[in-house]
Amino acid sequence: MKSFLFPEFQVFRDENLCDQCRGCERQCAFGTHRYDETQDRMISDDFKCAGCQRCVIFCPKGAITIRPTPSSYRPNANWSREKIEDLKRQAETGGVILTGCGNDKPFRIYWDHIVLNASQVTNPSIDPLREPMELRTFLGSKPDFIDLKVDGDHVDIDTRIGPNLMIEAPILFSAMSYGAISYNAFNALARAACSSGTFFNTGEGGLPREMREEFGRCAIVQVASGRFGIDAEYLNCAAAVEIKVGQGAKPGIGGHLPGEKVSQSVASTRMIPAGADAISPAPHHDIYSIEDLSMLIHALKEATNYEKPISVKIAAVHNFAAIASGIVRAGADIIAIDGLRGGTGAAPKAIRDNVGIPIELAISSLDRRLRDEGIRNRCSIIAAGGTRCSADVIKAIALGADAVYIGTAALVAMGCNLCQKCYTGKCNWGICTQDPRLSGRLNTDIAAMRLSNLLAAWSHEIKEMLGGMGINALESLRGNRDHLRGVGLYEWELDVLGIKGAGE
Amino acid sequence: MARAELDESVPRWDPMEQAEIDARGIATRELNDRLRDLMKAGIEHVVLKNVCGQRYIGTRLYTPEKKKMEIEIFGTPGNDLGAFLYGHNIRVHGNAQDGVGNTMDDGEIVVEGRAGDVLGMSMRGGKIFIRDNVGYRTALHMKEFEDKKPLLVIGGTSQDFLGEYMAGGTVILLGLGDRTHLANHIGTGMHGGAIYLRGAVDPSQVGKEVAISPLSDPDRELLKKHVGEFVSNFPELNLDLSEIMKKEFVRLSPRSKRPYEKLYTY
Amino acid sequence: MPRRRRELYNKEICACSIFGAMNRDGDRFKGQGVIEAIANMHVRGNGLGGGFAAYGIYPHYQDYYAFHVMFTGNSWEAKRCAKQDLEAFLCENFDVVYDEEIPHGDETLVSDPPLVWRYFVLPSKSGEDANRTEEDYVVEKVMWVNTRIENAYVFSSGKNMGAFKGVGYPEEIAEYFMLDREYDAYMWTAHGRFPTNTQAWWGGAHPFGLLDITVVHNGEISSYGTNRWYLEMYGYACTLQTDTEVIAYAADLLMRRQHLPISLVAKILAPPIWNSIDRMNESEKKLLTTLRMVYGPLLMNGPFAVIIGETGRMIGLTDRIRLRPLTAATRGEMFYLSSEEAPIRLISPELDSVWTPNGGEPVVGELKNIRMVKDEVIPLS
Repeated sequence: MKSFLFPEFQVFRDENLCDQCRGCERQCAFGTHRYDETQDRMISDDFKCAGCQRCVIFCPKGAITIRPTPSSYRPNANWSREKIEDLKRQAETGGVILTGCGNDKPFRIYWDHIVLNASQVTNPSIDPLREPMELRTFLGSKPDFIDLKVDGDHVDIDTRIGPNLMIEAPILFSAMSYGAISYNAFNALARAACSSGTFFNTGEGGLPREMREEFGRCAIVQVASGRFGIDAEYLNCAAAVEIKVGQGAKPGIGGHLPGEKVSQSVASTRMIPAGADAISPAPHHDIYSIEDLSMLIHALKEATNYEKPISVKIAAVHNFAAIASGIVRAGADIIAIDGLRGGTGAAPKAIRDNVGIPIELAISSLDRRLRDEGIRNRCSIIAAGGTRCSADVIKAIALGADAVYIGTAALVAMGCNLCQKCYTGKCNWGICTQDPRLSGRLNTDIAAMRLSNLLAAWSHEIKEMLGGMGINALESLRGNRDHLRGVGLYEWELDVLGIKGAGE
Repeated sequence: MARAELDESVPRWDPMEQAEIDARGIATRELNDRLRDLMKAGIEHVVLKNVCGQRYIGTRLYTPEKKKMEIEIFGTPGNDLGAFLYGHNIRVHGNAQDGVGNTMDDGEIVVEGRAGDVLGMSMRGGKIFIRDNVGYRTALHMKEFEDKKPLLVIGGTSQDFLGEYMAGGTVILLGLGDRTHLANHIGTGMHGGAIYLRGAVDPSQVGKEVAISPLSDPDRELLKKHVGEFVSNFPELNLDLSEIMKKEFVRLSPRSKRPYEKLYTY
Repeated sequence: MPRRRRELYNKEICACSIFGAMNRDGDRFKGQGVIEAIANMHVRGNGLGGGFAAYGIYPHYQDYYAFHVMFTGNSWEAKRCAKQDLEAFLCENFDVVYDEEIPHGDETLVSDPPLVWRYFVLPSKSGEDANRTEEDYVVEKVMWVNTRIENAYVFSSGKNMGAFKGVGYPEEIAEYFMLDREYDAYMWTAHGRFPTNTQAWWGGAHPFGLLDITVVHNGEISSYGTNRWYLEMYGYACTLQTDTEVIAYAADLLMRRQHLPISLVAKILAPPIWNSIDRMNESEKKLLTTLRMVYGPLLMNGPFAVIIGETGRMIGLTDRIRLRPLTAATRGEMFYLSSEEAPIRLISPELDSVWTPNGGEPVVGELKNIRMVKDEVIPLS
């Protein structure tokens, strides 16, 4: 059937610069570029281009430009190009439209409508280069009070505090499984987390055995509905265990890793046969209700001898704050909430673009809900989905989060350009692929260094902003909405965020 | 720690390596604390008396050196019996509840009675033998991996959604006592492994991903072996293997390893 | 979940002077010297708030909670209504053994004074309240009045002590309440205020207190929002539009309800930095780490110096990197704390010792006992 679709991108090659080295041809796994012997020149097939910009950056002559195709339908505010083309694609295949990365629709990004405070006169700002500035954060349950026995100079703590994760900056790497991303990318996340005093999350694809001894101590291992790669050793080698209930990019649905991505190594990490589809059911079939979640939380505490904090990750949806309160009461030590803009390796577009609520509103309502119920100490909140810079992080903390998970930001640090073709397995940047020819392009050491650099830079910026507000410990900003003001927001939005308008 | 008062049918154990816990009134966590302490002390056989609802028995027994323990349970153990089980053996003299063998890795669980819902969910290895019937969603997403091939043999029959999402392993339903298999939605989403039913099943009872076929010779050999294990696990039933094998079996297996291949467009 | 309106409270920000004097033998003395001392720091305030706390002033009623209550409102009628509402509430929940208007001088000394009354009361607990401690009961009732009864505000609620405060320079407030002649106390704390935003009201002056704990404070608490939400989880209503009350409530929560010694309370309000904690020995490290993990939301961040008064004890504390000043001094049985040294010298030219306490380390004066708490954890008897 002849396809009626436009190409998405147009490849422009400066023939004066191109010397037919065929580098672009080798770089592009989508097969966009081809050398034509008869003409002795490179030709390209715009229909295949994903817009990942790999060839642009690696062309030694700087001869290539990739830009959105100028072809256009008659402008129509209702029938946008995307709507028309998605429809055509479905008419041609009868399939569910799949996409990658996070929601790219123009929902309001609240981060960009919130401004921070700074000290002037009445309170000195603090210079983090020369004065102490503390970002250390503990993730896990804390008791309301501690009982102490004071005997002369000696103080004994009678209260036992449950296991907590200590991080030196409030940023963790979000769940990205080996299988969804390449071994090198996965390994780079682990290395950067360990060397930067934070944690990476294995996602639901298991943790390769050879990585356990070295990186287990900075791993949060996931238990998802597919239960891939889970055995007692996997659970016990990690720093914490996370039950994945939902994901911001696709709340309420399961997923599957297609068999072609299940290489021998992915398969053995997931403990399934190579080439088989790895199907994750929509729910956990041992969790049909909150008391069942409690059962799984405690099963995992039992399986890890009560030595690891248990996190529960849910997507931020309409009534999630009440649900999260139940999750805390069910025994979770950490709640990870994933917002509307959370990323993914593959999700049906209809779900990604239409389900869930923005993370900024979610953080605020969850923090407030738990405080109102007097159980805020009992768990930590990790916010995920949509963090792009250090200012987003610090705003998340002031709205009530204990830390944030970054996923997309980490991938961009490694080279991702958000072409949204993750599900094809043809990632030219070697990140979201199991093709050894492609994944080999990602140098683990360099990728790990880029990630560590990112964490270091953001930490420094957070310290600067914190110092500007006259605060020298991050714990004094947590939930401290005094330091935020809204710009260009409706009254209801300010109410949900619990912040004043600028100038109020 | 009193010496176990053992029934004559149970083999005798070296008294230094066995122990008994009276679980009456003991909370789940404390019971599992004690089991863990006993395992660390080198005890290899434990008898739990008066168990009533305590969960996760066997779950806390992971050690990097893979120590093994045998646990005999009198009473009714609570949910998630043997969840994440790492090679231990459990025998229940009575019924079990929901979640037996959840995400079990290795070991053996024998239940001298019935079991509840989601038996053997996501089980990857080891064996479970249930004397009587089981509930909904048995063997859901059961998997297999390399030399690990879980086995589940049920003396009676199961309720709906048996083998949903099943990705590996072997499930055998014997339908003893002329029980007929009434479950619906058997094997929906199945993409690996095999279910053997003794007796008939109507195509309307199975998911669209499932093929029903007669037994091959290797199937028959496999069944003989596993049903033999079942028979010897329940000597009190006085079962005759060859009698059982006389009745017709059917094999349920996935039509494809990739049931959702054509679902998406890019 | 019904939508909740965001709060539009204004946190007052102020610079200030603080002063405290204590006779450790418990001998009581008139307020004249303290008034002169705080007046000596006149330029640190701007006339928009002054106040005092005096301990040991009601020996005849020492077993009764002394409630100092202000009735505000624009008209005499509004004040009278507030007083009626309060008295109905008191009668229902307490035995009132004596009450009177707090004596004061000419109203032209100050601007727009409220009606200020004192009540000596005993809790009259019934029903479910029977099992609660008397103090918890009193705290809850005080919080109830301050959040529910319009124009009535209990600003002092301890036994054998009282706070006096209002809009004006501290020496004006002292004259209005005749503190130089009406009261004898073994311990006085004082405050002169410089709020950066106007809208001064009588309730917003220092000291702030709950039961017999009072706080006078110089500085700004940048962690106010965090401290506040934490305290609200434990039933403290932060209604006074000022950051100082969180210190008073934190002190009540930690010292009275959790019985923590002041040395540890200081480690919670102004903890050592992680770098120092990481270098400590294992048991200290564990203690300090645990305190920070559990009580992190009570860290008072930003510049502060406070004098906390409670029965028999006066405590000075500054933030952990000492962004606000505090001087301590002793002369015989007298113990002084002040924003500056000069006011101390003014009333006691000769001193036995005078020093600047380290940031985050409490200085404590107790009846018959004074002890400096150094970096290590030394519990106080």
